Amino acid sequence: MILPRRRLVLLAACCAVSPAVATPADVAALIQVLVGDAPLKDGLIHLDLPVMVENGNSVAMTVSVADPPSPVEAIHVFAEGNPLPLVAVFRFGPRSGAPRVTTRMRLATSQTVIAIAKLRDGTCWRDSIDLLVTLAACIDQA
Amino acid sequence: MVRVLVNVPKQIAANAPFDVKVLISHPMESGQRRDQLGQAIPRDIINHFICTLDGETVLDADFFPAIAANPFLSFSVVAEKSGTLALTFTDDHGVTQTELVAITVT
Repeated sequence: MILPRRRLVLLAACCAVSPAVATPADVAALIQVLVGDAPLKDGLIHLDLPVMVENGNSVAMTVSVADPPSPVEAIHVFAEGNPLPLVAVFRFGPRSGAPRVTTRMRLATSQTVIAIAKLRDGTCWRDSIDLLVTLAACIDQA
Repeated sequence: MVRVLVNVPKQIAANAPFDVKVLISHPMESGQRRDQLGQAIPRDIINHFICTLDGETVLDADFFPAIAANPFLSFSVVAEKSGTLALTFTDDHGVTQTELVAITVT
C-alpha cells in the first residue's frame, strides 16, 4: 500500500510530465482533414462506451454500423481529452462479415469520444459520447 | 515473440458471419509515462494489425497509444470455404509477428 503522501507526489509527478492534451479543436481539424468536402451527418454509426468509467486504463469500446447503404471503408475513433487524439483506425476488407469492432481503450480524463464512419459512396457518419472518468489512465505508474 | 490468444467458433457455416476474438499480450507502453527516476519510458506499442483470410483482407487496423495494454479485438469474418486466418501485427520496433489459425466451414 502506498502512503497517501507518496501517492500525492506520484500523482503530481504524473500530471506534471503529461504533455498538453488534445483539444476539441485539434479533433475537429483532424476530422476536417478526414472528411474533406463530403457531407458529415449524425447517425448510422453507433459508438458504444460506458457513460461512467471507473478505470480509464481499460474501457471496452464497440463501434458498429447498422445496415450501411454502401460498404463501410473505415471507422476512425478520436478522443478529445487524451494526450493524442487518435485512438484507432479500422479498415474493412472484402472478407469482413459486418462493420463492427470491439476493443479496449484508454481514457486520460472525462471527455467526448467521437467515431466517424467513411462509406464507399463518400458519405461520412458521426457518433459521439460524453463520458465521466473516475480513475484516469495517467495515474497508473510503473 | 508475444503470446497471442485467438478464439474462432468450432462450427462455421458458409457465408454466415462469425466473430473472431484476439488477445495479444503486450504492454502497449504509451510513451507518456515516467519511471520512478523521472525518465520517460519510451513508447512501445503495436501500431498495425491486419487479419486476412486466404490472402483477402478482413480487417486492417492502425493502433495509437490510446489502445489499452494487452490489446483485445473482436471482429466479424465471413467465409465461403475452409481456410486459414492470418493475424499479423507490427510493433514500434518494426517487429512483425503472424499467427495462423485454420477455420473449418461445414
